[in-house]
Amino acid sequence: MQFFGGSEISPSPPMPTASGNNGHMMYIFNRNGICLLYREWNRPLKTLSSQQDYKLMFGLLFSLKSLTAKMDPTSVEKGNLGVPQLPGQGCSFHSFRTNTYKLSFMESPSGIKIILVTHPRTGDQRESLKYIYNLYVEYVVKNPLYSPGNPIQCELFNTTVDQYVRGLG
Amino acid sequence: MAPKSGDAIFASVDRVNAELFTLTYGAMVRQLLTDLEEVDEVNKQLDQMGYNIGVRLVDEFLAKSNVSRCVDFKETAEVIAKVGFKMFLGVTASVTNWDTEGTTCSLILEDNPLVDFVELPDTCQGLYYCNILSGIVRGALEMVSMKTEVTWLRDMLRGDDVFELQVKLLKQVPEEYPYKDDE
Repeated sequence: MQFFGGSEISPSPPMPTASGNNGHMMYIFNRNGICLLYREWNRPLKTLSSQQDYKLMFGLLFSLKSLTAKMDPTSVEKGNLGVPQLPGQGCSFHSFRTNTYKLSFMESPSGIKIILVTHPRTGDQRESLKYIYNLYVEYVVKNPLYSPGNPIQCELFNTTVDQYVRGLG
Repeated sequence: MAPKSGDAIFASVDRVNAELFTLTYGAMVRQLLTDLEEVDEVNKQLDQMGYNIGVRLVDEFLAKSNVSRCVDFKETAEVIAKVGFKMFLGVTASVTNWDTEGTTCSLILEDNPLVDFVELPDTCQGLYYCNILSGIVRGALEMVSMKTEVTWLRDMLRGDDVFELQVKLLKQVPEEYPYKDDE
């Protein structure tokens, strides 16, 4: 059955260009669900207000994480779905891909979550996320004028991240 | 990537001259004593400053050490002693005196660069000179969801043979959904 013409079931966007520019957007959340930073490089369509958008993204990750832990076939001890987990419990996911984008996710034990949305054909971004976490430490955490838990307003961090993401293959 | 050892990280990070570090800390404690006058207030202030440091320092620790997560509090204590102390202070601690539940232990520091050149005068006998360290440990652990109580049991400046820092795990805070439904 086809609703919208088109022969492909899941049309793919064009191949990523070798020159980079494959990043769509990035979020950084802290453990309290506060969006510390949102960067956008390529996002033609926006339907929600930014606050709603952040909340939706955080909620998605939170639910997906508890779902992945619940589905883990290798572990015996599992609480009910939705029961809060202690730190160190359960497994987590690091990326998912749709036909139009790829979302990569990293969470530090201190609860910092970094989300990078890229072109679906980009490779494993785990090292990139770690690199961004290191940038966060150098430019944000070590900035004495930054108070933890507040949105990041640090031009140097923004430009460094922009530059790094632009170069991602 | 595998977690790195304390020595490997210590060798790769930028460091400052040890004497400069020790003397700067000393000058800061000295100034606090002048400003706050009461030794107890200084202890409290050092602990609070340490807490504020620990809250930030934990991210640097996690980013540089590649430590992902610890299965239990025992592993956490070992990692703090062997990797954390080495990375930031250049010395390693040993972990002993576990209680039967595995929630209280002691970190033993035989060498502590903070106290080179220090002698407590008679007027400051109640001072926990290194109270900033207990604050740092408490703050850093709180950021990884562990509420702890950190106290000094032995202090070389008070005539003991080593520094002994007792870390007591009060509770582990589970991750919760931070928004309320009606928001």
